Amino acid sequence: MRRGPWLWAAALAVYAFLYLPLTIVVVYSFNDSRLNAEWVGFTWHWYHVLLDDHEMLLAARNSLFIAVSSSLVATLLGTMAGIAMHRYNFKLLTFMVLTPVAMPEILLGVSLLLFFIQVLNLTLGIVSILLAHITFSIGFVAVIVRARLAGMDDSIFEAARDLGASPWETFRYITFPLILPAVIAGALMAFTLSIDDFVITFFTAGVGVQTLPLRIYSMIKIAVTPEVNAVSTLLMLLTLTMIVLASRFAPDVLKGKT
Amino acid sequence: MSEQRKLSRSVRLTKWLVSSPPFLFLLLFFVAPSAIMVLASFRYPGEFGGLAPLTASDPNILQGLTLETYRFFFSEFIYSYVFLKSFIVALVTTLICLVMAYPVALLIARSPKKSRDLMVLLVILPFASNFLIRVYSWMIILGPQAAFSKMVNGVLGALGIVPVHLLFSPFAVLVGMVYVHLPFMVLPLYTNLEKHDPTLLDAAQDLGANAWQRFWRVTFPLSLPGIYSGAALVFIPVLGMFAIPDILGGTGDMLIGNLIKEQFLSTRDWPFGSTLSIMLTIAVLLIVWLAARLGGRRHYA
Repeated sequence: MRRGPWLWAAALAVYAFLYLPLTIVVVYSFNDSRLNAEWVGFTWHWYHVLLDDHEMLLAARNSLFIAVSSSLVATLLGTMAGIAMHRYNFKLLTFMVLTPVAMPEILLGVSLLLFFIQVLNLTLGIVSILLAHITFSIGFVAVIVRARLAGMDDSIFEAARDLGASPWETFRYITFPLILPAVIAGALMAFTLSIDDFVITFFTAGVGVQTLPLRIYSMIKIAVTPEVNAVSTLLMLLTLTMIVLASRFAPDVLKGKT
Repeated sequence: MSEQRKLSRSVRLTKWLVSSPPFLFLLLFFVAPSAIMVLASFRYPGEFGGLAPLTASDPNILQGLTLETYRFFFSEFIYSYVFLKSFIVALVTTLICLVMAYPVALLIARSPKKSRDLMVLLVILPFASNFLIRVYSWMIILGPQAAFSKMVNGVLGALGIVPVHLLFSPFAVLVGMVYVHLPFMVLPLYTNLEKHDPTLLDAAQDLGANAWQRFWRVTFPLSLPGIYSGAALVFIPVLGMFAIPDILGGTGDMLIGNLIKEQFLSTRDWPFGSTLSIMLTIAVLLIVWLAARLGGRRHYA
């Protein structure tokens, strides 16, 4: 194994580049100063400000509601899609599932905006955000479920059928328990993607409804205070928990694509 | 025989039950909106934003389908310029990501198996924090009051160069782009490098190749498929990005994404916004095709 000192130095510098900015965000959330410039002293002040910020709390509640509901539906549809892609070699469905994942997000955002307003005549709000989030999450769940199925021996399903199990029984007693870790990992992934999404929400939210990322965006654009750091720190904790949970259920998910 | 037919019918029923819900959902919320966008790009803008009606009794109202938006796109130099600029930003971001990702991916691939997963996780973890937070962190670092800005301007001052504004500049946009997309380059590169046979390097050494030659004539060429897929994963999202130029860039740092956002949300010229989106889609498809062609040419043996 050739790992010279130069390789180590370069790699460590890149790791530092990855972690330093986020460390600064977290550290300054405890800084007793309005400016994110110099360390003045320790305070919980910005967390108190955050807890008194009604708009922010409302945005957090919206985000949570949208993330839970959209990830439930996306998990159901994504699991079906993953099974269909694996078992039936359904090329058109595979294309429809994977393309939204691969395209720049803005394209899905503006096309849904057009569709909701021009065709469905829908007032933008929670419902349009939910539909949009389900649309982009399906692909991620499907990819995880399909990867799990691809790693399994198909003969167990044939064996179940030979022993007289109906398709439903095969699914209920064989397929489902086997893919359950991937389904849970997919659900956690869909939840994380939804609660973090900015671009697609930005186009499909309309004026009345705010989510956490939308609220953070308007704070960054208009008036930055370390309250942004405080909410960022809490959000990081939440995502970190999700990642740890997901990696316990399906360790190989993290190594693949997100 | 009838038992057999019943079975095949139930198999077909299962296939239909499993496939149709996601199929119909995506047909409605992905395929239909995309089709509407193609159609919208050939329409006239409405009087109060949105789209003009397809048919109207008033002959003064522009109606029906037109190629006007496409003619406009190609006749105004500014749009080609923004597209070109976006391509350059995406290319430079991809190259910087490659240079930064390579040592990390190589180090992980050459580490003992036990520690690899942890090292990969450490690359992904910051990536799991909210996208806006990652962009925001650079607002802090590059802000005029920040220690980093003061240090840079101190050095420039000592050299007799006028102080620069780091935030709201093309530099800030590039830093943000690289920071947000770096893991997309590390992961495919690592997946490729991990598969390399270390005895190839031993053989090269025995044949007298020095470290430099071993890298450029063995490791690097073999890693090209990983580079191509990483490059596609970085290049494509950067090409459509609007939030990073919006937050870290100045007024002159607009990219394609910002143009599209503006057409849909401020100017409300939806046909032209759709045209810009279609042009972006075509650009992305070209990149995917190119990456697939380049990647397909040399398979890792």
